[in-house]
Amino acid sequence: MQIFVNGRQRTVPEGATLAQLLAQLELQAHHVAVEINMELVPRAQHERHRLADGDRLEVVTLVGGG
Amino acid sequence: MPTTLKEPTAPADTRSADSFRLGRHTLRSRLIVGTGKYANYELMAQSLAASGTDCITVAVRRERLIDTQGHNLLDHIDTRRYILLPNTAGCFTVDDAVRMARLGREILLGLENPGADWVKLEVLGDTKTLLPDPVATLEATERLVAEGFQVLCYTTDDPITARRLKQAGATSVMPAGSPIGSGQGILNPNNIRICLEYLKDGDPEYPVIVDAGVGTASDVTIAMELGVDGVLLNTGIAHAKDPLVMAQAMQAACAAGRLAYLAGRIPKKLYATASSPETGTIAPKPR
Repeated sequence: MQIFVNGRQRTVPEGATLAQLLAQLELQAHHVAVEINMELVPRAQHERHRLADGDRLEVVTLVGGG
Repeated sequence: MPTTLKEPTAPADTRSADSFRLGRHTLRSRLIVGTGKYANYELMAQSLAASGTDCITVAVRRERLIDTQGHNLLDHIDTRRYILLPNTAGCFTVDDAVRMARLGREILLGLENPGADWVKLEVLGDTKTLLPDPVATLEATERLVAEGFQVLCYTTDDPITARRLKQAGATSVMPAGSPIGSGQGILNPNNIRICLEYLKDGDPEYPVIVDAGVGTASDVTIAMELGVDGVLLNTGIAHAKDPLVMAQAMQAACAAGRLAYLAGRIPKKLYATASSPETGTIAPKPR
């Protein structure tokens, strides 16, 4: 199925969880926060949250700022 | 027999006793320093240390999904040493600011950083001035306070807006000295004075922070002498020719301004007042 991660289209297997996606992206889980379709998905739910076709994800981290 | 002179007693260090209560946090330094715009992370880390700050601001942005190894800010800051203050910089609507505040909190919760309970709220009006949208800032403050955030509000130096933000539950109101990154210093000290008068009326401990506009050390001193509780700055250090030395200058300037405020300055007078006795001189006074 197709999802969008930070504006870019990406193919993931049916039934993939958010945790699986983050592992595939090789991101350090404690450095990021994830929104799906504009709603925050807390870290504790990453393991069981199943992605759906057409989901729009924002995967954010901290950067330098004032 | 030489006379033994009694050493004058040094006053207790006012600075060490003068910690800064900001909402539910207590800071040792009255400087809050941004982490943006440094030439590299090493220089950033050294400059933060040199500034003496214990509270640093960070921004929330999309993770770059390629080549992330070793390029994350979090690989370069000690999250045990600093309280992080996530901002909502780059947001132009209430909804986006609320979303960004939640995302920042989520990351800080994962880091177990005490800054997870607060946010530096910026809701901007346009990209040219980076001035805040006061109506949207007020609404975002109400929503974030309702969600349990301690909201530190970036705003202009307008005293009426400042008062409304405090009434909306802001933990601190942070008027800009001048536009973000402009280096123009404190353009309207009289407005900052009125902000202080209004915000601290019957509530002298209410924290007021000058946020934005600092260009050099004297700007920090001027702000602190006015009686603000702290100064938040970024570009003034990060874009100085030598950020490391400027960070030290900012720390000294902040301490000097705070001490001068506590000491109480003399009033300004139009004419001179002699410091030496005017009687007993060997020279006649001119007519």
